[in-house]
Amino acid sequence: MSAPVLAVTGLEVRFGDVRVVRGVSYSVEAGEVLGVVGESGAGKSVTSLAVMGLLPRHARVAGSARLHGHELVGASDRELAAFRGKSISMVFQDPLSAMTPVYRVGDQIAEAVRVHQRVGRGRAAERAVELLDLVGIPHPRRRARAFPHEFSGGMRQRAMIAMAIANDPDVIICDEPTTALDVTIQAQVLEVLKKAQCETGAAIVLITHDLGVVAGFADRVLVMYAGLAVESGAVRDVFHRPRMPYTIGLLRSVPRVDTGKDVPLVPIEGGPPSPAALPPGCPFEPRCPVAIPECAAAEPALLPVAPGHHAACLRSREPGGPALAYDARESGGPALAYDAREPGGPALAYGGRETGGAVPASSPRPPRERRAVVLEVDDLVKHHPLTRGAVFRRRVGTVHAVDGIGFDIREGETLGLVGESGCGKTTALMEILELARPQRGRVAVFGRDTATLSPRERMAVRRDLQVVFQDPLASLDPRMTVHDIVAEPLTAHGGRDTGPRVRRLLGLVGLEESDAARHPRDFSGGQRQRVAIARALALEPRLLVLDEPVSALDTSVQAGVINLLEDLGRRLGLSYLFVAHDLAVVRHIADRVAVMYLGRIAEIGGTGLVYEAPAHPYTQALLSAVPIPDPGKERERRRILLEGDLPSPANPPSGCRFRTRCPKFRILADAARARCVQEEPEVRPLEGDHAVACHHAEEPGVV
Amino acid sequence: MAGFLLRRLVNYVVLIAVATSLAYMLAATALDPRSNYEGRNPRPPAAVVDARLSRLNLNDRTPLFERYLTWAGAAVRGDFGRTWNGDRVNDDLARRLGVTSRLILLGVVLGSVGGVLLGALAAVGQYGWFDRLSTVAAFVVLAIPTVVLANMLIIGAIWLNDRLGAQIFLVSGEVTPGLAGGAGAGLLDRAKHLALPTVSLALGQVAVYSRYQRNMMLDVLDADFIRTAMAKGLRRRTALVKHGLRTALIPAVTYFAFTFGSLLVGATITESVFGWHGMGEELVASIRTNDVNTVAAIACFAALAVLLASLASDLLHAVLDPRVRVG
Repeated sequence: MSAPVLAVTGLEVRFGDVRVVRGVSYSVEAGEVLGVVGESGAGKSVTSLAVMGLLPRHARVAGSARLHGHELVGASDRELAAFRGKSISMVFQDPLSAMTPVYRVGDQIAEAVRVHQRVGRGRAAERAVELLDLVGIPHPRRRARAFPHEFSGGMRQRAMIAMAIANDPDVIICDEPTTALDVTIQAQVLEVLKKAQCETGAAIVLITHDLGVVAGFADRVLVMYAGLAVESGAVRDVFHRPRMPYTIGLLRSVPRVDTGKDVPLVPIEGGPPSPAALPPGCPFEPRCPVAIPECAAAEPALLPVAPGHHAACLRSREPGGPALAYDARESGGPALAYDAREPGGPALAYGGRETGGAVPASSPRPPRERRAVVLEVDDLVKHHPLTRGAVFRRRVGTVHAVDGIGFDIREGETLGLVGESGCGKTTALMEILELARPQRGRVAVFGRDTATLSPRERMAVRRDLQVVFQDPLASLDPRMTVHDIVAEPLTAHGGRDTGPRVRRLLGLVGLEESDAARHPRDFSGGQRQRVAIARALALEPRLLVLDEPVSALDTSVQAGVINLLEDLGRRLGLSYLFVAHDLAVVRHIADRVAVMYLGRIAEIGGTGLVYEAPAHPYTQALLSAVPIPDPGKERERRRILLEGDLPSPANPPSGCRFRTRCPKFRILADAARARCVQEEPEVRPLEGDHAVACHHAEEPGVV
Repeated sequence: MAGFLLRRLVNYVVLIAVATSLAYMLAATALDPRSNYEGRNPRPPAAVVDARLSRLNLNDRTPLFERYLTWAGAAVRGDFGRTWNGDRVNDDLARRLGVTSRLILLGVVLGSVGGVLLGALAAVGQYGWFDRLSTVAAFVVLAIPTVVLANMLIIGAIWLNDRLGAQIFLVSGEVTPGLAGGAGAGLLDRAKHLALPTVSLALGQVAVYSRYQRNMMLDVLDADFIRTAMAKGLRRRTALVKHGLRTALIPAVTYFAFTFGSLLVGATITESVFGWHGMGEELVASIRTNDVNTVAAIACFAALAVLLASLASDLLHAVLDPRVRVG
């Protein structure tokens, strides 16, 4: 074992009286990748910023961080500046705000070179171009003269990586480097990171909340919770034989793109503790399903449980470890727990309708064709004009946000609408919610064409069509109590005496009756989203539209909300239109899925068919790009890397919109290609409940 | 970029024309030059007054629109007519423009540069002693009316002159009349006259700019790109100046151009306290003397000044923020 490049021992960070990081130790060797995982507020980023000496000045740092034996904690700005960017460099999460907007990208990279190397301006500029070329920016010489806002998110992150490796560092700290990016771009950037590591031989500290990214990229893992390292070890040990209940819970709560509904998600109860009010014993004890009374007495130390594997849990050395206890607890499955908690079941709480519409959970659903259509969308189009000039506005182009999409949702069914940012999924959803005449095409809600609705009818339809938005904090009025929020739809539609109804609704979404008097700010993210769901259910809708309902939530909390939605849908016979970018979440909740690309539907069909046998090259690439939180599987997969970025929806490619990035297009014969260039593929049916918009779907692909 | 500026310029010309025309109409309706003649003793005959007013295009018995056309026709050629007693407006204004420019140029530059530096420093040490001190000082200056501030400066300067037994500061006028000596002595004399009004103008500007720049800088200080700059290996100070101040300066530039424009006719109080005969003083005087043409000319000049300043700010903005140029 060689000497570590970076050794952190007993690192502590406090802001005022709040201890955010409470004694974290780790070390990385040259060429090694250490993954640091944990939920928001666990202290992952603060730890790395403390090592870099980049925390705000009021932060107090104690402990030790040695880079090649040089102590970094407490070093002066001058000493640190000599290390930063030279021996230790950093890639930040949000690449837009991480670059100075008024300087050219090339100049910013050249600046990094010139800070540490005595080279002339011209030579540094040359080096910047070389670095941009290395990280895979096309036309690096020209792009070096661009400003950050002219770069797409993925390109900015590549430029950040170029900046980080400019001086051949020994350690690169990556703080959520791919969190703000789409999966296909994430795959590209991770590939660039791997290349950068090969090139520099640096150790990488990869901070992320995405277990899949760690599974595929890291050699060792450090799990953080409430400012502590609670488990660490080789990636296979931690993923396959986790010994700390938090890690176990995290791994079981993550939806996986390779498993469907048959593997239920197990949420962790509650939410992460606030660093200002930590429980006295083990910080995870209040949420831990296998806690014993001793856990509340004192914080357990991080002790070895196997060679190279440490865990901070009193029960970690019991035979079988906490995992065994976990399994014992779950013998009845989560459904049992739900039933036990809600005598009478949620359907009873929902109000008078269970006698009529609600489908009993146990009875098999009638086949799809026999169920009523609740939402039908046909050839829906939404174009935004692009205008220029302030005084004399003139139209210079059209953004084809949604360009002729069609699907239907039957009663009691969930359709997942997935795609990367900018593909038009949210626009489509907003057009449906508008309940007005679309620019082109037809939207019919419960069999009624929205183009012909009178205002009164529209109001009536809104009762049956409700929405849940992405950010629960932004979509709930901070000045209203939860009762007022949930009761508002009722009063808006002329309801009176809302009290009992609101209490029932809160019970339905797993909140307490006493929560009605509190404000949104008193709740955690997951609870807020439950409030938003209760509000959406207040009018007993039949169709719920969900716009990224879980993407703002932490993994452990996300699972609880997904389970709740699944459960409600099943018991109340709700239909969902579930818009998301996370393919794993959609696989868990959706019966059918529609994949969008640049305003068009690329593929649509039953979830099993689309995920198991994707026919469209885009779907194939998308699915292959989603990391799986399983080191064994993740490392054996073959990934289809898409080239470049999403083309502008103002100027989509002719013919098939995907052809510019299509891996199949590249291996086709010229005659077959011509068809892709000239003819826009329509969505055409395949076998079973499966349809695809690709001319060459049947031909063998590249996978 | 050139096209953008050209379009801006056309917009500005239209705006100036509208603003000046409205100002002329207002002045011609509200002011009454006839009373200047009728109030004389002995009172001149009505026909004589009428003839004289007509000659000066000030006769209120001529329809307003007709007077406006006459005035506008000359103004387009650069002739703003005559004052109520027959002097050429152009000559008078040209002299006063020189005076005002000499008065405010240094004050505005010192004030803005000083204010930006002060504000940036205060922001970097937020809630530190310097921040608190400069905040209090800025609010004290902002709370004191210009006329009080200027007179306090005069009192202080005279006290200092007495204590030192030498005329270091001169408190009235632009030059000492009938001064002997060469060009060097003349220049020194001008500097002695200029010092106090400049300080008086600059103090007010510093107070405003420092508050403004402090907020701008605070926005930028927590920005991720400052962190990136430090992660590259830049010292904190370098990162703050090169990446922070540079970005936070952009809004201040817009503000700078506009203050310069509005001070050209707005430094009235400073001008009168220190006995400088500039544009601001002239505007007040011309309103008092019912001098329609001078009021309209100054309004036109004010519009021109503000819009030229705004053009300059567009240019400066484009220099500092290249996104404007390419995007």
